[in-house]
Amino acid sequence: MIAMLQEPLVQRMLIVAVLVGASAPVVGTYLVQRRMALLGDGIGHVALAGVAAGWLAGSAAGLAQQDALAVPGAIVFAIVGAVVIERMRESGTAAADVVMAILFYGGIALGVLLIGIAGGSNANLLGYLFGSISTVTWTDVAVTLAMAAVILVLGIGLRSALFAVTHDQEFAYSTGLPVKVLNMVVAVLAAVTITVSMRVVGVLLVSALMIVPVAIAQLLTGSFARTMTAAMGLGMVLCVTGVSITLEHDLQPGALIVVLGVATYIVVAVGAALVRRHRRRSPLAETSS
Amino acid sequence: MLSARDVRVSLGGTRILHGVSLDAHRGEVVALMGGNGSGKSTFVRALVGAVTPTHGDIRLSGRPLTPSGRAGLGYVPQRLTAAGGVSATVAEVVASGLLGNRRLRAPRHSRARVAEALDTLGIGDLAHRDVTRLSGGQQQRALIARALVRRPDVLVLDEPMAGVDLESQVAFAHALGHLKDDGAAIVIVLHELGAVARHIDQAVVLEHGCVTYAGAPPADMGVHALPGHDHEHPHADLPTADRTGLGWDGP
Repeated sequence: MIAMLQEPLVQRMLIVAVLVGASAPVVGTYLVQRRMALLGDGIGHVALAGVAAGWLAGSAAGLAQQDALAVPGAIVFAIVGAVVIERMRESGTAAADVVMAILFYGGIALGVLLIGIAGGSNANLLGYLFGSISTVTWTDVAVTLAMAAVILVLGIGLRSALFAVTHDQEFAYSTGLPVKVLNMVVAVLAAVTITVSMRVVGVLLVSALMIVPVAIAQLLTGSFARTMTAAMGLGMVLCVTGVSITLEHDLQPGALIVVLGVATYIVVAVGAALVRRHRRRSPLAETSS
Repeated sequence: MLSARDVRVSLGGTRILHGVSLDAHRGEVVALMGGNGSGKSTFVRALVGAVTPTHGDIRLSGRPLTPSGRAGLGYVPQRLTAAGGVSATVAEVVASGLLGNRRLRAPRHSRARVAEALDTLGIGDLAHRDVTRLSGGQQQRALIARALVRRPDVLVLDEPMAGVDLESQVAFAHALGHLKDDGAAIVIVLHELGAVARHIDQAVVLEHGCVTYAGAPPADMGVHALPGHDHEHPHADLPTADRTGLGWDGP
């Protein structure tokens, strides 16, 4: 394992794993707080259409590397999708869920069609659907570093204000906070996070990386700030562990990371339930503690 | 301190408020009353900037209700309107009251301010507890502390005593008296006057989005205080002054 760390590819994979593992749960905490845990899934579908559109643009421009514009395309589509969804949520559109469903399914269908028009195959989309961390370049690392920095600086730096808005929007209005701007920050951060995480776990599992560490942290703490911090730590551990295992075993990294997360959630949930049960049966022990 | 003039609000194409006016002066407590669907909560949401009126003028201390003009406003919603999916401590919830238009982070002295607000409501020992695991009365006290931590000149409360225990009602009445003495203007939505009756200076009754009564608080609300009462009366169409002697001279 130590020898493997000398390999540039392994170094790149682990750097990306740490960055994505730390940043995805930051935005996930706000989505869970707002009870929009599945938003990442939806934006991920839209991002896939962006990948294909970028591919098509690269092909039309005659670029040597056809998928050079795939990630920029995904960023643009994901941000536009997130903004549309946020506008619909804000306006309280009666059929918002139906419109969102159309947006999500339209996104993945458009992705499949565009990749075909660009001369690619659905196999080309697999790397984006399930992740392709084993092909990251130093350019990918630099892009991931920049986007993770944006997520961490805004997501943690604005934590008080974003907490206020996602916890009780009506009260946030009464304080004079720029509620609509802050809501849009959450939506755009979600879009950026999905695009960053796409390389590690793929758009189909991207939501899991944002939500599962938060769900585990929730079982361990009763504070918003501590939940976010613990989720970041768990995200990093899960991503690095998953990637490390796949270095020696022929397993799909994205899927392994998510399975590890779900297994951890089950173990912690059962453990927390047993602890609560023990405390209920031993009231004196709880009092003395 | 708080002045609302001819406030009209439409939501989803339906007119909810048809020109509501209200004044709350320094050191005055105004009870906003009315049956379910009368428009009380919509009016309160307009007062705190959560809903934009289609017509009318709302001023706090003479200044328009712009985001920067809400610095002296405290608001207590009826319930946690967005009980989030992530746990939050009482201290975290109360500290969010220290934010404002140009203040996106809590100030350095926030801990002392939060502790002071919690102690005022008698829940200082709950600061580090998960707010969603508290009783209804304790949660409501946390929300009141979140408004008080702003040291508001104007306090707007939407049914702060609905479904809360007697201890919380007494603690709230105590805090309300202090705020009034300190000169705050207070608008409070109530179904019944209860523990705060002695602090009420003026009552405004809404019905179908219109003010049907504005004046001294009734001595005994009786059946009119019952939740769901629609406040329809046989002589409700008469001007207030003409109702004297008809056996009903209040809301």
